[in-house]
Amino acid sequence: MDNFSVGVVVFPGSNCDRDVSWALEGCLDIRTKYLWHESSDLSDVDAIVLPGGFSYGDYLRCGAIARFSPLINALDEFVKSGKRVLGICNGFQILTESGFLPGALVANKNLNFICDDVELDIVSSKGGWFNNVDEKQTIKLPIAHGEGRYHCDSDTLKKLVDNELIALRYKNNPNGSSFDIAGITNEKGNVLGLMPHPERACDETIGGTDGLFTLKSLILK
Amino acid sequence: MDQFAVKVFVRLRPSVLDPAGEATKSASIKLGAEGIKSLRIGKMIEVKIEGNGENEVRGKIDLLCDRLFANTVIEDYEYSLEKL
Repeated sequence: MDNFSVGVVVFPGSNCDRDVSWALEGCLDIRTKYLWHESSDLSDVDAIVLPGGFSYGDYLRCGAIARFSPLINALDEFVKSGKRVLGICNGFQILTESGFLPGALVANKNLNFICDDVELDIVSSKGGWFNNVDEKQTIKLPIAHGEGRYHCDSDTLKKLVDNELIALRYKNNPNGSSFDIAGITNEKGNVLGLMPHPERACDETIGGTDGLFTLKSLILK
Repeated sequence: MDQFAVKVFVRLRPSVLDPAGEATKSASIKLGAEGIKSLRIGKMIEVKIEGNGENEVRGKIDLLCDRLFANTVIEDYEYSLEKL
């Protein structure tokens, strides 16, 4: 993909960074670069993925400590410039804690750590993260989280609905999320946060390729 | 400089479901405790902090609570402060 480069952020406790890099490089031929959380120089990457895992051991709240890393501090300008940021699972939690996306992610309703494949309705194609331009589409992606229950107040939910910021909804809500929400975007559409793992669904031999389109959309302008 | 001992209490907002609290309530009832109407779990954070007087220290603690200790989307906080 020419010189396009995706930065994959590594926090202490990230554990999906290599999966994301494998999916981008091996399945999509998109160059990646690991970015240590203490780096604040984002000048040589064109898009950023905040991968899943347990940054800072999930101390205090998931994503709460990561928010204060130099890299997240530098992210504001990156997002404002219109470049794309994808937060997966713990990455989604970091994006809500740091205010790039509204709401919060709290303990699953049944308290279980849920590791499963889930069916998801694509609700909005804002930002072009999902290929649903023509008709309603359902995809299947893996989830693996203990604290993935999306919560927001009713005003925020109304804003999400009215502005078409809800990207994905669970068909069979596994964790008690408000309005079955599995993923949302910011108003501009260049930031997507989702609990399911698209990088784990990029090869038929390991359970499907429904995640490919979302990762590939990182290269959209 | 004065030194203060601060106890910060962080609680899930009443509108947020607390499944851990519900599970603990259920276990409490199994233990034989009667009359439990509600049980919710929060956090308590103890801080020792120096500053020029109570007002300055309250300012620092307010910032810490609002930006770090609690996520005000889902949690409320309050604190008590004791001069050492």
